[in-house]
Amino acid sequence: MKPPVFDYARPLTCADAFAHPDLADGMAKFAAGCQSLGPMMNLRLAQPGMLVDLRAIAALRECGAQGDAAVLGACITHAEIEDGKVDDGTQGLMPHVARGIAYRAVRNRGTLGGSLAHADPAADWINTMCALDAEFLVSGPRGARTVASADWMLGAFTTALEGDEILTGVRYRRLSPAARWAYYKFNRKPGEFAEAIAIVIDDPAAGTCRAVIGAIDGAPHRIDDARALLAPGADAGLPGRHVEAAGLDADSYEFQVHRVALERAIAIVQRHGRNPL
Amino acid sequence: MNDLTDLSDLTDPAASGGHDAVTVPVIEHAIELTVNRARVRATVEPRTSLADFLREQQMLCGTNIGCEQGVCGACTLLVDGAPARSCITPAVACAGASVQSIEGFDDDPAMRELREAFRAEHALQCGYCTPGMLMTARDIVTRLPDADDARVRLELSGNLCRCTGYVGIVRAIRRVLEARRARAAAPAALLAGA
Repeated sequence: MKPPVFDYARPLTCADAFAHPDLADGMAKFAAGCQSLGPMMNLRLAQPGMLVDLRAIAALRECGAQGDAAVLGACITHAEIEDGKVDDGTQGLMPHVARGIAYRAVRNRGTLGGSLAHADPAADWINTMCALDAEFLVSGPRGARTVASADWMLGAFTTALEGDEILTGVRYRRLSPAARWAYYKFNRKPGEFAEAIAIVIDDPAAGTCRAVIGAIDGAPHRIDDARALLAPGADAGLPGRHVEAAGLDADSYEFQVHRVALERAIAIVQRHGRNPL
Repeated sequence: MNDLTDLSDLTDPAASGGHDAVTVPVIEHAIELTVNRARVRATVEPRTSLADFLREQQMLCGTNIGCEQGVCGACTLLVDGAPARSCITPAVACAGASVQSIEGFDDDPAMRELREAFRAEHALQCGYCTPGMLMTARDIVTRLPDADDARVRLELSGNLCRCTGYVGIVRAIRRVLEARRARAAAPAALLAGA
């Protein structure tokens, strides 16, 4: 199908983007790579009257280090992360995740910020940023603010972002060289949205050990202290209890898939330290 | 009204019951971009996809449209040198960009090798997916020179072939990868006379 009529603007600065008159009536939408919004508009699931394209705003592509934190601009593409063109500081985790997002033609245009603002529960970055305990950097006509990882996603396709605000980037603590991590995504065909995502990040130097159960109905379920899951001889029933705590019915297929994903992520960390290349 | 060629009742709202005519505003933007190395100036509606712009305004019908939701890969082409889905990319968003569609690869060495390999390995049946397959295949052989069959299949997973002719397609890409690897390994003296 084809999208309905809409207008288009490509501002060069955030200030110009905020000043767009159509934002006031709620019919304008900020867009970046359009790899989710494009299909939704073609299917007429989304019908914004005005698309404000953020890709020409140079500030949204700025990345850098702030002390022991990494900052990534929202308009960095999945392919740029996959190719290691930005210093993401995650010891290979983010390039690994990026390589599994959809297909290369999609990764060339789809952006980190676009995916996070879209907030599909089954998408990769929304779960990865939760596991990294990232801060979401938001800018709007009323100024800049940061949103904590736990407060970002309010539900499926719903974030703390107001209609006239832009996600400008994310900031998270860089992983130390000894950090162990695993990313296990279950989908029937490469590139499809996940049926289950499990992430484990163990960074003793930073004193953190987190796990995430993702691709559930709403926001990711984070286990803030996952050390018991990784301990040798850990209780075999523990992963299942966490998946139940994430809201999955123990008799369901979804529970089974998420439990196995979490167990496999744990096994990767225990056996290999990180996902094998 | 039995004359099937008379469509006036469909096109004239007054003839089909007199309801008020709905005016749909036409929004158009002037864009300038490069298509297959030629400068192009055009006027497009923002709702026009890059694929429709090429097919209907530039008369470049080599780009095929399949699913129109970014899944099947038939419409894949190059925007600023990188593969992109032209069905979910608005043409207006390509202002200032360089677009290369399947018509723009006649003298491209990698694409020439791929065309020959696709023919030799029967890598197309109905041909509908072929323009997009060639785009992805070119990305594989140029970006991933060391790809093995498993990697080729993984990278091809975003292009669907309704004839399910994947074995031939993978073989064709392997043939080109192997030829390019052999040439890269050959001493320069041998290539000088080639």
